[in-house]
Amino acid sequence: MTVGILALQGDFREHEEMLRRIGAPTLQVRLPKHLDQVERLIIPGGESTTIGKLLAMYGLIEPLRVRVREGMPIWGTCAGAILMAQRVVNGRADQPSLRLMDVTARRNAFGSQLESFEVDLPVEGLDGKPLRMVFIRAPVLEDLGDDVTPLARLEDGRVVAARQANMLATCFHPELTSDERMHRYFLEM
Amino acid sequence: MDKSTWTTKVGLAQMLKGGVIMDVVTPEQAQIAEEAGAVAVMALERVPADIRAQGGVARMSDPELILAIKEAVTIPVMAKVRIGHFVEAQVLEALGIDYIDESEVLTPADEEHHINKHKFRIPFVCGCRNLGEGLRRVAEGAAMLRTKGEAGTGNVVEAVRHARAIYSEIRRLQTMDEDELFTYAKNIQAPYELVRQVAETGRLPVVNFAAGGIATPADAALLMQLGVDGIFVGSGIFKSSDPAKRARAIVAATTHYNEPEIIAEVSRGLGEAMAGIEISKIPHDQLMAGRGW
Repeated sequence: MTVGILALQGDFREHEEMLRRIGAPTLQVRLPKHLDQVERLIIPGGESTTIGKLLAMYGLIEPLRVRVREGMPIWGTCAGAILMAQRVVNGRADQPSLRLMDVTARRNAFGSQLESFEVDLPVEGLDGKPLRMVFIRAPVLEDLGDDVTPLARLEDGRVVAARQANMLATCFHPELTSDERMHRYFLEM
Repeated sequence: MDKSTWTTKVGLAQMLKGGVIMDVVTPEQAQIAEEAGAVAVMALERVPADIRAQGGVARMSDPELILAIKEAVTIPVMAKVRIGHFVEAQVLEALGIDYIDESEVLTPADEEHHINKHKFRIPFVCGCRNLGEGLRRVAEGAAMLRTKGEAGTGNVVEAVRHARAIYSEIRRLQTMDEDELFTYAKNIQAPYELVRQVAETGRLPVVNFAAGGIATPADAALLMQLGVDGIFVGSGIFKSSDPAKRARAIVAATTHYNEPEIIAEVSRGLGEAMAGIEISKIPHDQLMAGRGW
């Protein structure tokens, strides 16, 4: 079961190293030909405008949407979550997107880098202690559709992780910590 | 909740990896850069090529300009301060931008001390020519490194020299025993703990981009193949004849640095690159890479 990691831009190597530690085979996905070789896909953190641009430039948007509709599990962290959302606020009007999950992603919901933070919070479906969440110029998820389940909320109630069938979105970066639980959760989806 | 931790500072640089950070001098240029796929912009009054041509003391840019650029884009905004000028850094932190470049491109304010970057909530990137210089900057709190190259020249040779120096030193470190590591750390004037960490992991403790003289998509891919994590382009884009097209091409070449067919495709019909300068023709006292200690 090869896990593809979209490697157009961003922290794809951190995801790759985490999956290697768990023992899951990985492949960097940069072009449509790579997509045919993977059974799952992670969209890493990075700049959603840049990744969206490169997705469109090299013809990845439609093949990816088709695979997800056919049931391929997909997980977006931060920029990846923005790219998966059907609606984006605070983005560029012309920002290319995959428009997969029935949520609104509010980009840079906390402000500039000075507002980036870490916090320990529980995630539904993860046993044990709360998860260390790293938020970097992070989005939040709003207007969740009926088919979308919130998995984690900040203390003020804003949703920062959600799932819709084979699609998982997290606004934080488990790949920047040493906690493997979120990656294991995705592998079992 | 912990704000501005080391993880969030280093983490933002990790999110920029595989991307291109572009120098811009107006909000319009910033939008062109964002539209072309830049992961961040460096807001400044003059690109290095103009600083070089016009001379005089180069300082932090006018906050008015930096804020106008911040307003114009949704991607992270960086700005430069003079080496050692911690008050310029306090000003940029107060403006709420995303990253500070303590840069040799500006005229140094302190010829002995760099900024103590641990004291700031905002993360810093610093230039380096070799491993020792890079690790000294990390010890001072830099959360990201870049090669110095020779800014404003359109000549990639110095950036290549610095990238090669850093990665060959890392490879050599991995073959040394502990006794040799102590001596090596002393010789390169870097903290032993950081040297040992690099020897163990085989990599720098923070993200390292290439900067200084990158003017073409092939220049960007060259540095990526040498092992850097991403690319800064200063004068190379907005001193060329078709900035938007060149910017898109450098973004594509940075992502697909191992695909010569794609680099060939995006390199076609880009128009004039910026005019370059032979490094040996630059008077010694006008070289920027030697600034920093």
